[in-house]
Amino acid sequence: MSVLDSKVPKGPIKDKWTTYKDKINLVNPANKRNIDVIVVGTGLAGGSAAATLAELGYNVKAFAYQDSPRRAHSIAAQGGINAAKNYQGDGDSTYRLFYDTVKGGDYRSREANVYRLAEVSANIIDQCVAQGVPFARDYGGLLDNRSFGGVLVSRTFYAKGQTGQQLLLGAYSAMNRQIARGKIQMYNRHEMLDVVKIDGKARGIIARNLITGEIERHSAHAVVIASGGYGNVYFLSTNAMGSNATAAWKIHKKGAFFANPCYTQIHPTCIPRSGDYQSKLTLMSESLRNDGRIWVPKNIKDAKAIQQGKLKPTQIAEEDRDYYLERRYPAFGNLVPRDVASRAAKERCDAGYGVNATGEAVYLDFASAIQRYGKEQAKIHGIKNPSKEKITELGEAIVEAKYGNLFQMYEKIVDENPYKTPMMIYPATHYTMGGVWVDYNLMTTVKGLYCIGEANFSDHGANRLGASALMQGLADGYFVLPYTIGDYLADEIRTGAIATDTKEFEEVESEVKERINFFINNKGSKSVDYFHKRLGKIMWDKVGMSRNEKGLKEAMAEIKALREEFWKEVKVPGKAEEMNPELEKAGRVADFLELGELFAKDALMREESCGGHFREESVELEGEQKGEAKRNDKEFAFVAAWEYKGEPADAVLHKEALEFNDIELKQRSYK
Amino acid sequence: MNLTLKIWRQKGPEDKGKLVDYKVNDISEHMSFLEMMDVLNEQLIEQGDEPVAFDHDCREGICGMCSMYINGEAHGPDRGVTTCQLHMRMFNDGDTIYIEPFRAAAFPVIKDLVVDRTAFERIQQAGGYISVNTSGNTQDANAIPISKHAADEAMDAATCIGCGACVATCKNSSAMLFVGAKVSQYALLPQGQVEAADRVRNMVAQMDLEGFGNCTNTGACEIECPKGISLENIARMNREFLSASFIDS
Repeated sequence: MSVLDSKVPKGPIKDKWTTYKDKINLVNPANKRNIDVIVVGTGLAGGSAAATLAELGYNVKAFAYQDSPRRAHSIAAQGGINAAKNYQGDGDSTYRLFYDTVKGGDYRSREANVYRLAEVSANIIDQCVAQGVPFARDYGGLLDNRSFGGVLVSRTFYAKGQTGQQLLLGAYSAMNRQIARGKIQMYNRHEMLDVVKIDGKARGIIARNLITGEIERHSAHAVVIASGGYGNVYFLSTNAMGSNATAAWKIHKKGAFFANPCYTQIHPTCIPRSGDYQSKLTLMSESLRNDGRIWVPKNIKDAKAIQQGKLKPTQIAEEDRDYYLERRYPAFGNLVPRDVASRAAKERCDAGYGVNATGEAVYLDFASAIQRYGKEQAKIHGIKNPSKEKITELGEAIVEAKYGNLFQMYEKIVDENPYKTPMMIYPATHYTMGGVWVDYNLMTTVKGLYCIGEANFSDHGANRLGASALMQGLADGYFVLPYTIGDYLADEIRTGAIATDTKEFEEVESEVKERINFFINNKGSKSVDYFHKRLGKIMWDKVGMSRNEKGLKEAMAEIKALREEFWKEVKVPGKAEEMNPELEKAGRVADFLELGELFAKDALMREESCGGHFREESVELEGEQKGEAKRNDKEFAFVAAWEYKGEPADAVLHKEALEFNDIELKQRSYK
Repeated sequence: MNLTLKIWRQKGPEDKGKLVDYKVNDISEHMSFLEMMDVLNEQLIEQGDEPVAFDHDCREGICGMCSMYINGEAHGPDRGVTTCQLHMRMFNDGDTIYIEPFRAAAFPVIKDLVVDRTAFERIQQAGGYISVNTSGNTQDANAIPISKHAADEAMDAATCIGCGACVATCKNSSAMLFVGAKVSQYALLPQGQVEAADRVRNMVAQMDLEGFGNCTNTGACEIECPKGISLENIARMNREFLSASFIDS
């Protein structure tokens, strides 16, 4: 039944990429000048791809909905970027990074892609340093590393708490050099609204100029989608307000299969929601869990008093606190992977132990770290019998040096001093591992249509490790796509420029215009946000951190009904031929209303728990792992790639079997 | 809290524009400023009026998209934050708040509070990069040690988010803090030395061409900068610019 060919090269995993690159078709420099490539999205993946393709000599047209490529949401990544440099001499290697990524992804990713990712990771750091990215350094002038959750080595490179920003600005600078040379034509404040296919090949896009509202046709020999993830299907997430799935969803509707939509990462350390007006959630780097201890009150009576504002966390005695991660996972404690930490927080809050007015928050407490560091500093500085105040002062200074910017950010938002009272955190949607299905070349099931970065499904399986998103985005854009796309474009050297005055462009353009006119003319009664918030609530309640058959079936029906209501009742003010943010949102939410249903359908099909996907029906029933997620390799070791057939509920499943030749499948245990 | 908002409304670049009064009620002190604007816009849509256009995206102070001039200050009364990080607890019940776009000749208004900052793009394109192609074989990242001090200082300069608050704040509409930050980042790193003279010359030339004013050392930009970019960067740019004049182009 499957039509999926992953095109993974033969041979030992260590040699696959090198051998493949040696034999791949190349386009000669003179011919590259006659070939156009469209890149949609200018974050780490799209920005690095656009710059590299232009350096190679292709004519690149890059599109961003923001007013500058520098504002793509990659900019918000805090923690760092992994690379198997082994600068610390702690036993890291390409194989180990590969192994950690596959294991962290709960054995649901494609081995060959992950190995290649690990292989090129070291080149990324070299490239970024050459571009002038100011990574953190030690006193000897060499690059510094930190460690991240779920691994046993220090391989994370960082630039303060703004690694994503610095890497994106690096890619942006490379783009600027090519924009200045005229090799990249940059279309800021433009949104891709559909893809145009001619004879089965992707040949261009229809885009809306977000300033004038004009609908434009752009042609190319290949189209690259780098539009990021679909986390905003939950309405509240750590994504930017404009982050959307429209480009990815539109290509899905034109023949690109959509893989594993149910794999979503819920990040455990976000600032909790404070009220219904909330527009987004703010993430704090998970590095905080290195020193913070997570707890809730042991007694329900204390929890209730806290929720009503009658009790303060500092008034709860040590023995009345439940450090539930340390209790449940003594080996990893507060450093269990993101999915495990998130579910454990939800479990306590669902049981009524949440610690803010909404009941959806747990404490992240630095008091013991402050004491530990304080005592250590007193010893280092030779202070005998230090007072309690002195220890606290010394300890706070260390915590400030490590996490100062995060503490400041927290204080700005919550208006509480986290040095004196525990932080409150709660999980929030952060990253989507699922996405457009691609083969080893990063090509989708549509010829000449590529998908890179978070928008594709390929490397993180069912759960992504910290500091691996930046690595994948740049690997795809700098080091993978520029090679693999040449193999396809080598056959395009005689094609000539693609005309846009054809019936194919005309048809897609009129579909796009029709939809826009519908929104403008529909005299509904409810705003776009009204529907988006309701969709978000269905997704969070029934397709969130923990899922079951009944809830998923309800979610599918509810989303379908909501979608129908949306098309009747949505109200979009203003005109089509002007800057109109409500119109932009309407198009995006219309797509989320379809994607959400496929998401639930995928979650319903996958009757196992793996990574970020937790099915309540699939848990260990006895033994040491009782109550923990239970994977089912026998029946579900495959990629679920969905083919569009009209309604999301009618999507057809294609399976890509996952074979593990270089890694043994094991249960993830953090006990 | 209940507030009166005086918001700049302007249909397009050619429109004259004016301040329009709005009332919003029951605003929570925990809301961010942009969430308050969301409430207003929902209210306007419900009444059949056109919502206020404003730029925003990440809502966590890093993308540099949001850009309001609030009660006469870029990003409002708080320090070290962008508008999306400004919270309503900075205001009091009954307050009247003036909300205008960033104003500068080089930042024309597109609509309402949205301005065109592509002049910044063109300055970056004039030289805000190191000319290195992507390949798998640039030298090893640790081949050139860089002192921690220089790396940290370069990082402090590189932290600029390109929001334009410095320009909006400056009485001369100068972009020298923005340009100085980029020039400094590369001037402080060995990788940036090779093209240093050309870079500063080209970026400054483009900055002048775009119609930004010059620096008269008032220092307001440093105070209003949400990322605390230091005035030292302007001094360093001037030094780089001056020394570049002794090198043949």
